[in-house]
Amino acid sequence: MRLRSGAVLRGVLPVVLVSLAACHTAVLSPVGPVGEANRIVLLDSLMIMLAIVVPTIVAILAFAYWFRASNTRARYLPDWDYSGQLELIVWSIPALVVFFLGGIAWISSHLLDPAEPLKSKAEPVEIQVVSLDWKWLFIYPHQSVASINRLVVPTGVPLDLRITSASVFNVFFVPRLGSMIYAMYGMTTRLHLQADLPGVYPGLSAHFSGAGFPGMSFDVHAVSAEEFTQWAAATRVTGPVLDEAAYRKLLRQTQNVSPYTYRSVQTGLFDDIVEQRLPPGEGPSTARSAASGSAVMLAGGRH
Amino acid sequence: MLGKLSWQAVPFDQPIALAAGAFVVLVIVGALVWVAAKGYIPYLWREWITSVDHKRIGIMYCLLAAVMLVRGFIDALMMRSQQALAFHAAGYLPPEHYNQIFSAHGTIMIFFMAMPFVIGLMNFAMPLQLGVRDVAFPTLNSVSFWLTAAGALLVNLSLVVGEFARTGWLPYPPLSELTYSPGVGVDYYLWAIQISGVGTLMTGINMVTTVLKIRAPGMSYMRMPIFCWTTLASNLVIVAAFPILTATLAMLLLDRYVGFHFFTNEAGGNAMMFQNLIWAWGHPEVYILVLPAFGVFSEVVSTFSGKPLFDRRSMIVATLGICILSLCVWLHHFFTMGAGGDVNAVFGIASMIIAVPTGVKIYNWLFTMYGGRVRFSSAMLWSIGFMVTFVIGGMTGVLLASPVADFVLHNSLFLVAHFHNVIIGGVVFGVFAGYTYWFPKAFGFVLDERLGKAAFWCWFVGFYVTFVPLYVVGLEGMTRRMQRFDRPEWYPWMLVAEVGVLTILCGIVLQIAQLWVSIRQRAKRRDLTGDPWDGRSLEWSTTSPPPVFNFAVLPVVTSDEPYWSIKQEARARRHLVTAEPDYAPIEMPRNSPTGFVTAFFAVVTGFSLIWHIWWLVILGLIGAYVTFVAFAWRDHTEFEIPAEEVARIDRANRAARAAALAGEPVR
Repeated sequence: MRLRSGAVLRGVLPVVLVSLAACHTAVLSPVGPVGEANRIVLLDSLMIMLAIVVPTIVAILAFAYWFRASNTRARYLPDWDYSGQLELIVWSIPALVVFFLGGIAWISSHLLDPAEPLKSKAEPVEIQVVSLDWKWLFIYPHQSVASINRLVVPTGVPLDLRITSASVFNVFFVPRLGSMIYAMYGMTTRLHLQADLPGVYPGLSAHFSGAGFPGMSFDVHAVSAEEFTQWAAATRVTGPVLDEAAYRKLLRQTQNVSPYTYRSVQTGLFDDIVEQRLPPGEGPSTARSAASGSAVMLAGGRH
Repeated sequence: MLGKLSWQAVPFDQPIALAAGAFVVLVIVGALVWVAAKGYIPYLWREWITSVDHKRIGIMYCLLAAVMLVRGFIDALMMRSQQALAFHAAGYLPPEHYNQIFSAHGTIMIFFMAMPFVIGLMNFAMPLQLGVRDVAFPTLNSVSFWLTAAGALLVNLSLVVGEFARTGWLPYPPLSELTYSPGVGVDYYLWAIQISGVGTLMTGINMVTTVLKIRAPGMSYMRMPIFCWTTLASNLVIVAAFPILTATLAMLLLDRYVGFHFFTNEAGGNAMMFQNLIWAWGHPEVYILVLPAFGVFSEVVSTFSGKPLFDRRSMIVATLGICILSLCVWLHHFFTMGAGGDVNAVFGIASMIIAVPTGVKIYNWLFTMYGGRVRFSSAMLWSIGFMVTFVIGGMTGVLLASPVADFVLHNSLFLVAHFHNVIIGGVVFGVFAGYTYWFPKAFGFVLDERLGKAAFWCWFVGFYVTFVPLYVVGLEGMTRRMQRFDRPEWYPWMLVAEVGVLTILCGIVLQIAQLWVSIRQRAKRRDLTGDPWDGRSLEWSTTSPPPVFNFAVLPVVTSDEPYWSIKQEARARRHLVTAEPDYAPIEMPRNSPTGFVTAFFAVVTGFSLIWHIWWLVILGLIGAYVTFVAFAWRDHTEFEIPAEEVARIDRANRAARAAALAGEPVR
């Protein structure tokens, strides 16, 4: 028996350890200052709570075990139901924990307000993000190019993101860069992020948005500043133009769209979307056909 | 003639949905035919369907909840299986079906499993604990139940006729607006919740009135059992929060039906306002569910530790603190809206403060066990399992209440794991503890303990195996509601979670087996004394099951634990303390089909509204109004139980208790 469990341990443990080591839990291995701050707040809060949660769980199990009915050595205090000192401790412990955590929450909420620009000597890169059914549009106003489902950014430079939606709610989220934020129709949210290490980081919509939702993933390519400039220059010479007509095509629902780029973008397109000078997403094309379908059925019924 | 309804509404092209629907229809028709063939219909009509007895209504609530638990769990099983199969693949559920399933899972589990279960337990136990004969408004109670059942029927009807919402259990606009969800799914959701929501609001009014106005002589507020306090707190929150739900959904209905623009993208609608309003109800809802569960644990831990609850006063203060704070924290559901540091921090800290009274409760249960003689019956196992699990769920909840941590965890599977941690670990374990604890009181025989404990261990282990992986993938950035995914690091955890959900399935199968075996062996499992657990509050002083009038004479309460003090005195003297009282005739409310008939018309109205069958809407509304008028003009509201009958029942109870007392070893 002993031997068998040992064998199981020897067999299973390495697999578990390897898989644990292999999984770089995205949120806990950030590549930028925002994600790093998220991680610190998360872990600090967790540690403070574990300091009290673990002893509590141990006490629950220990008390239940020791005071089991069959244990004749345990004291039986059938009428003991109050102790002022204990009450004081019982209220103080959670209150103190919340005091600490509340302090962390207050300070970090202000330091890490997504709308606040990051402190940096480098000039931030402005990017306008539009969530569509079901793809992401990234507009680079200064470079005057745009990209679908692929976000190319320079490393070590703050990203100044303005985010909106062209139809339903979505949430812009790149786990390894940190904080997420809503994309809402007719509204702009601000988010400041930064990637310090070059690499490809998966991004996704963190808010269910309909049938094509699982395909609303995109890749963030963090590249050096020179590569970014090269990419923008290369993008400016190929691909279609994003004007109003092209944008209206984007409003149609499509799924699992492969990344591509636009060589130029109509000036002020993002503001036109936010200010609702352009219509919202069309919704399912079956909407009209289904309605007319039932109308046909009705007409059929009247014959 | 039939609005949007046509043969297209039946999903002939979706084999899974069709088979499931056909199975449900067959089971229901089969059950009805069996009941009719056995000649049970008059009995069911007389004793159950038209009953206004709070105990019968409570039992029917729990039965509805148990059936819906199975339905909601099948949805969960399908979702977990889809995600276990959908790595770089389509899985077996297409998006339109998968999206309906997770929407139905949440809707059913919250509105038609958890709510009816806690309301059922409150209905059953609270008047007994208060030492009274019924709730304040017995017929209204029946109407409430049948409206809840009507809502559940509509949700399940969507399986066969049409479709259910594909928007999640809270239908956020603009996705739930006509532009993006043109089908009947969202309408099914809205009308089902509106109808059952009215029922819940009336329950809230009924229970609050009962606790405030109808108590046994001497039952002061401070002497009320903690379960009655949590019932009061929970129902106060219902009264405060459910109108918000009804109003919010009414606005969405106006958008969808008559072209209003509360939440639309066009014409100045603001979809964010829906989120704001729905969570102003939605967060209190969590406490509506968990407060009664806290009450159950208080009763169970105290009874099975053989001790009074540690510091009742601070427990009551903590309960009322949670009751008030629960209404002040809803914004933490959308920290990622971008509200700014001040707003986020205020709501984050407010949410954390709830952890203080909740923590106090945990410690009070802990010190209730201290110095006790803990009996590990299955009700107690659920309670200890709850304490351990809930502490972890509370911790991850406080973590999510920190806005900056929420910025990377919002909507992730970490969040999903957190709220299942508190809802399964808190509410579900709580209702199972209550079910095991009060089952002998309701039916007169105890449940099989061996199967009950086995079910507990399956649920307990299965819970961790399912949801710890979800915590991990949440940290890996996996968001909820994904019909498929292509990230290899998430995949192994999805397989582990599948093993967990299958373990929970074993738990549910064992619970069904437990019920089956216990019913078969009921003769030898009889609870003759009415007090199988050596209980402390008044429900254990009457017979199991209690007579329709609960107590032959209303008990006079002189202490915090009325039945315990009577029992201890009797044990000291070795005979019953009280002399035989003077029995008087008792007046009880007459049964009424009002609830059932109202619910029938509610289903007709709801169904025809969903399918735009306007003439039937009018007929349904007229029917409901006529029912109300007929009830309002009734002449005979009560019937009398003669004193001899009361005396006969109570003498048998006293004899059984005297015999049990004589049989006890001298302490």
